[in-house]
Amino acid sequence: MASDGGGEEDFVTYGTPLEPLEEDEPLKKPVPLHEQTVKDEKGRYQRFHGAFTGGFSAGYFNTVGSKEGWAPSTFVSSRQQKAEKPHARPEDFMDEEDFGEHGIAPRQITTSREFSSGRRDEAADKARAVGAQASLIPGDLLLEELITPARSSIGVELLRRMGWREGQGVGPRVKRKARKQQADDGARVYGCALPPAGSEEDEEEEEEFAPENVTYAPKDVTPMDFTPKSGLQGLGYRGLDPGLALQGSGAAQHIELFDPQGGRLFGDSQRGSRRRGVAGQAFGVGALEDDDEDIYHRDSMSRYDTVLGGEEPGDGLYGWTAPQQYSDKKDRSRDASYLGKILEGFTLAQNPLEEKQVFPPPTLPRGYRPVHHFRPKVDVLRLSGVSPALAEALKTSKGHMVKEEPQQGGRHQLVSGQRGALLGEDTLQGPRSVMDLLKPEDKERLLRLRSSTQPASSPAPPTQTPPTTSPVPSALTPLWTPSSVQQEAQAAWRGTQPSSQTFRPFDKNPSKQARYDLYLSRLRQGDRDAVEQSLDPCMTEWERSRERDEFVRASILYRPASTSLSSRFTRGKNQEDEDTVEVARDQEGDVDDKQAAVKMKMFGKMTRETFEWHPDKLLCKRFNVPDPYTGSGLVGLPKVKRDKFSVFNFLAVTESREPKAPPKPPDTEKKSRWDVSQSKEAAEKKDDLSDLLSTGKNHAETGPEPEPSDTAAATSSRSEEPTDQEGSEKGDEEESRPPMDLFKAIFASSSEEKSSSSEAESNDEEEAEERQEEEVKVESEPLNLFSISTGVSSSAATPACQPPVPSQTKEDEEEEVFGPKLPPPSAVVYTGGTAGVCPPSQEDKRVRKRSKEKKPKKSKHKKEKKVRWKEKQQDRNRFETDLGSAQKKKQKKKKGKQKKSRKESESSSDDSDPDVSPDLLLKRLKNIRSQQSR
Amino acid sequence: MAFPEPRPQAPQLPQHLLRTINCQQGAVRAVRFNGDGNYILSCGSDKSLKLWSVGRGTLLKTYSGHGYEVLDADSSFDNSQICSCSSDKTVILWDVATGQVTRKLRGHAGKVNCVQFNEEATVTLSGSIDGTVRCWDNRSRKSEPIQILDEARDGISSLKVVQHELLTGSVDGRVRRYDLRMGQLHVDFIDSPITCVCFSQDGQCTLSSSLDSAVRLLDKSTGEMLGEYKGHKMKGYKLDCCLSNRDTHVLSCSEDGHVYCWDLVEGSLSLKLLVGTAVVQSLSFHPSETRLLTAMEGRVQVWSAEPEETEDEAPLL
Repeated sequence: MASDGGGEEDFVTYGTPLEPLEEDEPLKKPVPLHEQTVKDEKGRYQRFHGAFTGGFSAGYFNTVGSKEGWAPSTFVSSRQQKAEKPHARPEDFMDEEDFGEHGIAPRQITTSREFSSGRRDEAADKARAVGAQASLIPGDLLLEELITPARSSIGVELLRRMGWREGQGVGPRVKRKARKQQADDGARVYGCALPPAGSEEDEEEEEEFAPENVTYAPKDVTPMDFTPKSGLQGLGYRGLDPGLALQGSGAAQHIELFDPQGGRLFGDSQRGSRRRGVAGQAFGVGALEDDDEDIYHRDSMSRYDTVLGGEEPGDGLYGWTAPQQYSDKKDRSRDASYLGKILEGFTLAQNPLEEKQVFPPPTLPRGYRPVHHFRPKVDVLRLSGVSPALAEALKTSKGHMVKEEPQQGGRHQLVSGQRGALLGEDTLQGPRSVMDLLKPEDKERLLRLRSSTQPASSPAPPTQTPPTTSPVPSALTPLWTPSSVQQEAQAAWRGTQPSSQTFRPFDKNPSKQARYDLYLSRLRQGDRDAVEQSLDPCMTEWERSRERDEFVRASILYRPASTSLSSRFTRGKNQEDEDTVEVARDQEGDVDDKQAAVKMKMFGKMTRETFEWHPDKLLCKRFNVPDPYTGSGLVGLPKVKRDKFSVFNFLAVTESREPKAPPKPPDTEKKSRWDVSQSKEAAEKKDDLSDLLSTGKNHAETGPEPEPSDTAAATSSRSEEPTDQEGSEKGDEEESRPPMDLFKAIFASSSEEKSSSSEAESNDEEEAEERQEEEVKVESEPLNLFSISTGVSSSAATPACQPPVPSQTKEDEEEEVFGPKLPPPSAVVYTGGTAGVCPPSQEDKRVRKRSKEKKPKKSKHKKEKKVRWKEKQQDRNRFETDLGSAQKKKQKKKKGKQKKSRKESESSSDDSDPDVSPDLLLKRLKNIRSQQSR
Repeated sequence: MAFPEPRPQAPQLPQHLLRTINCQQGAVRAVRFNGDGNYILSCGSDKSLKLWSVGRGTLLKTYSGHGYEVLDADSSFDNSQICSCSSDKTVILWDVATGQVTRKLRGHAGKVNCVQFNEEATVTLSGSIDGTVRCWDNRSRKSEPIQILDEARDGISSLKVVQHELLTGSVDGRVRRYDLRMGQLHVDFIDSPITCVCFSQDGQCTLSSSLDSAVRLLDKSTGEMLGEYKGHKMKGYKLDCCLSNRDTHVLSCSEDGHVYCWDLVEGSLSLKLLVGTAVVQSLSFHPSETRLLTAMEGRVQVWSAEPEETEDEAPLL
C-alpha cells in the first residue's frame, strides 16, 4: 500500500504512511489499546457517541454548545418587532465537522445539478452507495452508471470507442430500425417492461421509408436480474431504498415494478403528486410524507401468468412469469395509453362488460288502438233475484272464480283454529283437552262417580266426551281386563315411528328387551295379538304370562308421547341425554333421624354431615388459600349423572296401587320451614292422609251434592297448585270424596311427587288457611272438578265453629315464601322530637297484597285501616316540610303506627305483655286455640 | 372459648347506656361496627346507609343508592370500602370517603339478607333469600360472581367469613360451613330456621340462633353442641346474636325488647338488658372493647361497661 522505493509517482497513496524505520532506534513500545484515542484535526478527542448521535462527539467536549455550556437564547420581546422572526436553519445547528468533507452538509464547490448527471450530489451518492446493497435490483444502480456520461466506467469507454452510443443496444447492427428509446422526460423503463404496444406497427410503417442499406443499432435490452431471491420476503417485495429516503424533491422516482396504476408503464402517467422522503412498501406513512396515498402495494393474481405456455407474447419474453399486461395486448382498444389517465385507485377491468342485448319492441298490428276496455264485474252473489243456475252460469261465463264470501263477520269472530286454517297452518294433532289423556276406564270412573253423587231426582246429564284423536275403546269395559289393557297399549303405540328415544325398561336382560322390542314393533304395526307372538315359546306358561303382563304394563306406562302430548310440543333442538339427570353425588341423609337427634339435643355426629366441596380456583386465590383440589374442574358439590327413570318406578305402579314417586331431585325439597312447630313426621302424615281419604270415601254418599261440572273445566284445574289439591284432599272430612284411584289416574307421578313432598312439608297450621283459600275458590270458580270434593264448602257454612284465622298464619305463610321477617319499622312513639320518616315496610305491603288475594272479606276492615293509615302517611310525607301540618298529623300517624305494629308484634307472640287491650287479648286467645286445634 | 383468665375479673358487661342515636332513616335494619370499632354503620329501611362516629354520635356520611331498605352492611378491614345489601336484590360497594357507588352487584333473585367482605376485602359474599351465596370478585370488574353456593335449600339469613371459612345460616335449619382450605362443606342440622350465625373469636366454635328461641354454641370441628342458651324470645323475626369481644358471653336480641346476655360457660343468664319496648333487631359487639350496639326501630344505642363521665350528651331517652 505504502509506496517506498523508486517509481513512486506511479503509485497512488492511500492512508498515512508509516514512519520510516531507523536502524538504531529502539523499538517503540506499542501504544496500549486504551491509549489509542481518536483525535480530530485540531487535536480534540473525539468520543464516539453512538449511531444516532452522529458518531463522534458533538459540541464542546461532550457538552452542548460552548465551553461555558449551552446558553439558552435569551427571550426578547417581539412585541415591537413582530415582522422579523429568527428563522433557524438546519445549518445553524451544525458545526464545522458537519460542513466538512465527510459531514452531513459538506460545503464545497461542486458541480450543480444541471451539469452533473441526474443524481449527482454527494449525499445522494452516499445514499445510493448504501442503497445499492439493500436494493433488490442492482441493475438500477448499474444502469445509472452506464448512462452517466461524466464518469463512465471502462466498459462504457470501450463501448463508446467501438461506436456505441448511449441509448443503443449492444451487438451487431441490424437492418431494422431501433425503436425509439424513451429517455425523454424521465419515464425510464427498468425491469421487465414491455415495449409499447404500438411499436411494431410503427416500425412496420416506418420501415417503408427506411432505406435498404441502412442498418440500425439493436434494441437496448434491459438486463434481467437473475440473482436468486434471498430473504423471506414475498415476490416483488422491495425494501426501503435509502437513496430515495434521503433524496430531495427533484430526485427520480423509485421504480415500481408492479405499479398498481396499470397505465404507468405506458407512456405518460401521472407523476404529479409524488411523495418524498422515506418511501417503500414496508413502511407506513412517515412524518415527512405529504400524504398517505397508496402506501401499500396492491398486487393481484391477475397480473401473473397462471398458464405455462398458454400464449406467446412474441416479445422474446416467452415463459417469463413476471407480471405482464397480457390482457392489454389482447384488447387494443382498452390500452391504457388510449384511455388516458386512469383515476388513482382504479384498475382496468379484466373482463369487458357484457353488452346489454336490446330487443326491439314487437311490431304492432295494424289498426291497434291503445285503449283498454274494463269488463263490468258482475257480483253474482249480490244479485238476489237471479236463480242459482244463472248465477253459476254467470260465474263460469266470466271465466274466473268469484271467491266465496266468508261467512264469518270478520277475523275477530274467527276461532284460532279457523284463523290458522286460513293461514294454511296445520291443525294441532294432539288431543284437545286433558280428558283425552285419561285412560278410558278412568273416564268411565269419573262419569260413574259423578252420576253417583248426583241426586236421584236430577238425572245424570249425559256427558259428552270431547272428540278424541286417540281411539277410545268402548267406554264400558270392565276395569283393567287384560284385553282392554292390551287394546289400550295397541292404541297408544299404533302408527308411531320407532325412535331411539324409546324407553328400554329391560335393558338388563337383553333377550327380554329384544322380545319387548319385537312386541313394540308389532304394536306399531297394529298387530292384534302382539304379545303372544313376541313371547318366547320355549318359556313356561307361568313365565310367559308374567312376561306378558310386564310387557303390556311397560308399554302402557311408557307409551309413546306422540299419541298424547308430543304433538303439542316441539322437541328441543339440542336435546341432551334425556335419560339422565344431574344429581348431587352425596345426598343428604334422612332428615327424620336428624330431627330426632336435635330433639334429644344430640348434636354432633348425628347432625353433622360433611361433603366434598370444590371452591372455585379464583376464590381460593382471593382467599389466599391453596386450591384443595388442584386440577379438578369441578366447582361446588360433585355431581353425578343418574338415570332419570328407573324401571321400578314404573313397574311398581300397578302392582301396588300406591305409586312410588321417582327419586326426588334435591331441589324439590327446597321448601321453607320458617315456622317452627313441626313435630309430625312424613310417614305419619301419609297415614293421616289415607285415613282422611277413606273417611272421605265413606262420606261420599252422604255428603252434599256437588255441582255438575263440565269436564273440560274440571281438567283445567289440573294446573292448579299442588297445595290446592292437597288442601282439597285434606280439607274437610265430612265432604264427599272420590276414590283415591281417581286422583292417581289424573295426577300421574309427576304431580304425585310434588304433592307428596308438599304433604311432607305441610304443617297442620296451614289447614285453616287452605280452607280459606278454598272458600275463595269456590266463590270464584264454581265449575271446578274439586267442587266434587269440597263441594259447597262446609267450612264456609260453619265459619263459627272454626276459629277465625289469626293473622299469624297468614304471616307465617307469607314467610314461607319470603323467608325471615323483619321487625316492623316502628312500633312505639318516637322518643325523639324529630322522628324520621318510616315508609311502610315490605311486610306491610305484602300482607296487604296477600290479604287482597286471599281474604277479601275478612280482612276488609283491616285493609281499610291500613289504607287509611297509608294515606295518612302519604299526606304526612307530602307535608313533611310544613311544620304546622306535620305536627298535627304526626299524632295521627303515631296512632296508626301503634295500632298496626302492635297487631303485628302480638300476632306472633305467645308471651304476655304487660299492657294488652281486651280485643287483642281475644285475638291472642283465638290464636292459641287455632294452634291447638291443629 | 373460655380459657381461664389469669386473674379472675368481674365480668364486664355493657350495661350502661352511653348514648342513643336517632338515625332518622326509618327502622334500622342492622347496625354494625366497622373493623376497628370506631364507627357505626346503620342500615335503614329508608334505603339509606349511614356512617356514624361512636365517640360523638355524629353522622359522618349518608350513602344513598339502594332501591329498597338496606338489610346489612360490612366495612372492609382498611375502612376504605363498605358493602351493603338490600331488598332491591343488589349488593353495593361504596367508597367510604366520597360516598359514591363503586360497584353495584346484581344477580340475586331475591332480597339480599347478609353481606360480608372476606378478610382482605378481595371478595364480597352475599347471601340472599334465593338460597344462594354469591362470591363477588372485588379485584375485577366482572359482573358475574366467582362462585355461587347454592347448597342451601332455603334463603340464607346470615353469613360470616373468617379467614378461609365461610359460615352460612339458612332458613332450612342448617348451618353450613365452607372450608376453602380443606375443600369441604360441613352441614349442621339445627332443624329450626337459623336467623344468625357467628364464629367465636378463637375460631373454634360457631354460634347460631334459630327461631325456636334458642342460641346454640356448636363445636366447629365436630358439630357437637357445647351450650344452649334460652330464655329470650325469637319466634318470628330475623334477629341477631353475637359473642362478646373475649368470648365470655353470648348475646342475643329478643323480641321482648331486651338483649339477653348469657355466660358462655355456665349458660346462665347474666344480664337482661332492657333496650326498649319493641323488638331489638340488631346488635353488634365491639371488636376489642366492652361495647355493644343495639338497634331498635329507628334508634341505635351504644352500651358500655361503665358510664361515661362526661354527661354532656345526655341520652335522648
